[in-house]
Amino acid sequence: MDYVLQLILNGLFVGTFYALVALGYSMVYGIIKLLNFAHGDIYMLGGFVGFTLLTVGSGALAGGGGIIALVVVMALAMVATGLVGLVLERVAYRPLRSAPRLSVLITAVGASFALEYGVAVGYGPNPRAYPVTVGGGAVHLLGARITYAQLVMMAIAVILMFGLDTLVRRTRSGRAMRAISQDPRACLLMGVNVDQVISRTFFIGSALAGAAGVMAGAYYGKIDFLMGFIIGLKAFTAAVIGGIGNIRGAVLGAIVLGLLESFGTAWLGSQWRDVFAFAFLILFLTVRPTGLLGERVTERV
Amino acid sequence: MTDPSLPRDPAGTQLPPEESSAYVRAVETKQPANVAPAGTGLTPAAKGHGPTSASRVVSSPWFAVAIVVLAIALPFIDSGAYTLRIATDALIFVMLAVGLNVVVGYCGLLDLGYAAFFAIGAYTAGLLSTTFGWPIIATIPAVVVMAVVGGLVIGAPTLRLRSDYLAIVTLGFGEIIRITANNLDITGGPNGLFGIPDFGDFGYRSDVTIYWFTAVVVSLAVIASSRLGRGRLGRAWRFVREDEDAAEAMGIHTYKVKFAAYVTGAIFGGLAGVLFAVHQTAISPPSFNFLWSALILMAVVLGGMGSTPGVVVGALVISLLPELLRGAENWRYLVFGVLLIVVMIFRPQGIWPHTPSEPASAARREPDPQPEVTA
Amino acid sequence: MNAVLECRDLAVAFGGVRAVDGLSFDVHEGEVLSVIGPNGAGKTSAFNCITGFYKPTSGSVSFRGADITGGRPANIAAAGIARTFQNLRLFGDLTVLDNVRAGMHVRLRQNAFDAILRTPRYRRSEQVATDESHRWLDFVGVRSDRTTQVRNLPYGEQRRVEIARALAREPQMLLLDEPAAGLNHGEKEELLALLRRISDLGTAVVLIEHDMGLVMEVSQRIVVISYGKAIAEGTPAQIRTDPAVIEAYLGAEDAEARSEAEQIAAEQAEELRAHENRARSSAQEEGR
Repeated sequence: MDYVLQLILNGLFVGTFYALVALGYSMVYGIIKLLNFAHGDIYMLGGFVGFTLLTVGSGALAGGGGIIALVVVMALAMVATGLVGLVLERVAYRPLRSAPRLSVLITAVGASFALEYGVAVGYGPNPRAYPVTVGGGAVHLLGARITYAQLVMMAIAVILMFGLDTLVRRTRSGRAMRAISQDPRACLLMGVNVDQVISRTFFIGSALAGAAGVMAGAYYGKIDFLMGFIIGLKAFTAAVIGGIGNIRGAVLGAIVLGLLESFGTAWLGSQWRDVFAFAFLILFLTVRPTGLLGERVTERV
Repeated sequence: MTDPSLPRDPAGTQLPPEESSAYVRAVETKQPANVAPAGTGLTPAAKGHGPTSASRVVSSPWFAVAIVVLAIALPFIDSGAYTLRIATDALIFVMLAVGLNVVVGYCGLLDLGYAAFFAIGAYTAGLLSTTFGWPIIATIPAVVVMAVVGGLVIGAPTLRLRSDYLAIVTLGFGEIIRITANNLDITGGPNGLFGIPDFGDFGYRSDVTIYWFTAVVVSLAVIASSRLGRGRLGRAWRFVREDEDAAEAMGIHTYKVKFAAYVTGAIFGGLAGVLFAVHQTAISPPSFNFLWSALILMAVVLGGMGSTPGVVVGALVISLLPELLRGAENWRYLVFGVLLIVVMIFRPQGIWPHTPSEPASAARREPDPQPEVTA
Repeated sequence: MNAVLECRDLAVAFGGVRAVDGLSFDVHEGEVLSVIGPNGAGKTSAFNCITGFYKPTSGSVSFRGADITGGRPANIAAAGIARTFQNLRLFGDLTVLDNVRAGMHVRLRQNAFDAILRTPRYRRSEQVATDESHRWLDFVGVRSDRTTQVRNLPYGEQRRVEIARALAREPQMLLLDEPAAGLNHGEKEELLALLRRISDLGTAVVLIEHDMGLVMEVSQRIVVISYGKAIAEGTPAQIRTDPAVIEAYLGAEDAEARSEAEQIAAEQAEELRAHENRARSSAQEEGR
């Protein structure tokens, strides 16, 4: 029983990480039907921006509370990655908005490559140790163990997600996003500033991924320029499980994937974790390509 | 100008009966009465749409002959071990690029895990030849079978879905194959397989034999893929790439056609894997990571999707460049990434693009045509 | 008269809206039948149901006695129904000849190995494809260079290439979705002549068209659709005077009797429907 609870807690924790990245994937896909392969690399970039800020600001933060410093750094990293996402869309994707899908996908692969090896050039290809790590105590809950750091991170992630959900459902700009995902041409006719809304979507999605990057750095203690590759794939898997384009679905999918991995790893061993996740993705696409919360697409053979 | 009301195509009457269509004959009998005046279809092409000089050079048959002669003659010019090694590597890379070109260039499907088929080929050949002692040649049918099975497993669920799903699922598949090879005992785990035999003793140095064998196989593969692109199936691939709905409306089963492209690509990749295994004599999982898939894709995109000569040149450039720019790996990949974006925005057809053209025999023939199919 | 195609109670709904709602009509052998109706009446949706691009929610379609309801578009096309699209759907990057060869795809007898080995069978089959493509291009009257990419052709020529491509399928029935849209007067005259030539081949032609002059001139029969249902059927002369048709088109049996406000409201509702349909079909394209 303890063991099962521990697996559930682990799954939830990993799931919230995935969720932060999956949200951006799903939002961008929902709005312009683009698989932004570079999204995982934005997460990586968040880790490195946090790394730089913490290194530069270590004097000012000396001895200060790790968590507070981390939250400040995270906010700054979110702004930075958000801007990178915005620039990426402006430079690489916008010129191709009416181009064939294949061109845009290839551009996205190019963007991913450029970000990865740009960081490799800037920071060197070897993993970097994070200047601030979150250790500290843990709580024991019915025999399962969860650290304070994990709890704080989950709390931050949940706050961010609630913020996003409110934004999308309650505000004018959220309404514009939903409208564009329904019918961009009609929105253009109705005077919605489509470009601006798309920029905003990229900003928000990238900022969330950046936040996850900083958390990952602080939690795992090291970062490297390829760390976004696998998480990008996982986030996509989560988005598909939830129903791509659907924001709540992305969160649900991420948690389902986290739990599946947690149990799958316990069953098959951790070396099979990624294989298990991708095999599940393929299975899911076969059985229910629209995802758990996805809209049923009218049948068209 | 021919008078369109004349039955002007005697070749039509020479056709074997099962290929000529009753319908067309009906048209012909009706034609004189009511056909609209029609042109000859020989107006010169509008300026600005012709091939660029770069792609004209690259597309010329003499260029192809020159490359093949040069490839075969290389050991006589320089049989240094280093030269032969990088030349063999480059040729294997050409084969991969040409195979991926079938999937991405002809059919418009984005495969980001192409190295998976390369790995399947290399591991199947390596495993059967080392653990089970098969001669390398005998492993080829098994490699083809395994590549086809891999293509079926990935293609069957995803080719029904939107093309971007295929892209990311293949990306995942590439990882699955690599991680699986890394985790299994039979594939040697992280150490991989070693002591893979070569093709046999033909009285030459082993690396020369391997080079020649590779050169012949790759040349044949390039010719085969180029010819495949021109026939009925190749046209169907292009129809699907251009507009799936319109292709369906013409009776083309787009799912099967995409499948054919995907599996063809898988077979090319698998065979390239055999060459790679023999050439390296040892294989291990890191040889088949995403970087490979991305580099092959770059060769195809930079060379010109759908253009066999362009893709061959693209592959040669991308595989030989590291030899010229040693040590600057990360910079090089950064430049490749930026180049992909720049090419897609400013020159999506690639550097040596495919220019849709018709063979001379397709131009309208005059009432008294010269027999062109003499071979 | 034998029916080539029989549609019975065909219906298709997107979400709550029924684009086609119990549509029944027949197409007779060798006739030219026009399908007319206000924008958003469900004409193109009906075409899409017949050709398999939409799965009908209910009802049946049979073609030459065989049930083809909900079949795959490729199989329906292979059975002998060819179509064109409302907005040209040519293979823009490919040559004019290649576009027409697409129509011959199912009839060419060569396989991948023939292509790789360049067997005599391959050469023969390619020659047939080229020759027949030229004949069809002659038939529809394409005057431009045929070895160039089709997107370099003028619009009117592209329309003709699309018809040539469909004819190369050698269909028993040809569905044309607004072939006269965007054509100038001279081109419409040529289209009229072409439709007659096609009909002379013995092919049944079903035409969606807004140009009433063309419709009245070329059709043997006309089916009028409104709100997804057939509201009238008959010869051009009958349709011209049918009160139900006037009602559908003008929104009132006696347009003057209605207040202006009511009329505008009706028009707006119609616009909205049309727009919804468009949005839906584009959403569907996205969903594929």
